[in-house]
Amino acid sequence: MPLRLHVTALEMRLDVPSDLGVVGDAVELVANRLPAGTLSPRRLSFNFRTALAEALANAIRYGSGEDPAKVVRVRVELGGDAVRIHVTDDGGGFDRSHLPDPTRPENLEREDGRGLFVIRHLVDDVAFNAKGNGICLTLRAG
Amino acid sequence: MTFSLKKDKSGIVVVGVDGQLIVGNRQELKQKVLDALDGGGRKFVVDFAKTGYIDSSGLGVLVSLSKKIREQGGELRLAGLNEDLQTLFELTKLDTLFAITRTAEEALAAF
Repeated sequence: MPLRLHVTALEMRLDVPSDLGVVGDAVELVANRLPAGTLSPRRLSFNFRTALAEALANAIRYGSGEDPAKVVRVRVELGGDAVRIHVTDDGGGFDRSHLPDPTRPENLEREDGRGLFVIRHLVDDVAFNAKGNGICLTLRAG
Repeated sequence: MTFSLKKDKSGIVVVGVDGQLIVGNRQELKQKVLDALDGGGRKFVVDFAKTGYIDSSGLGVLVSLSKKIREQGGELRLAGLNEDLQTLFELTKLDTLFAITRTAEEALAAF
């Protein structure tokens, strides 16, 4: 399924097949069309791209179970004061209350478990929908 | 090409990461480094001088590779992190797990 980005003055939308191999292309497609001005080049290059890649990977892996028949939906709100990334999957959500701290000594050598921790440090705000299958990442202007 | 591997004259394997190290390409890096480990390489430097971003899966594969290389008596070092990537390693405390140098040349000289 080719990636097709829908762009308006207020938002961008992209349906991403549930395939971890397309995450990089999806991130570049969205980031390259983000209007200049709201985010500094440095935050666009690092924070925006990394946060979107993390959110997509989590949705594809845990929400859609890497089922290629499913899609993960990306919507990026383009505001003057902030950019908001919404990533939604068809999964049942997950329990965020028992995520281990990846910086504890006993977890440092684990290969996984850092995704949400990294996201929280890259963006200004993280919110979930009630079901837990949608995440909203806010990057304030600057 | 995202990853390039070359051996210096003393057998140290320098891995260049061009673009990003993320969930979609981490297995490619893992396989290339494991092949070099199987081929007798024991000292590795991953050079991030041309890297834009690394996600948590990319961090995870570095942790996994480092462990496998250590089990074979070798070492994986990191170099060329820009300020944002350096911060990523610091906030995840992975800077305590790896020897990190400013440039690949410094990493090679320190082996």
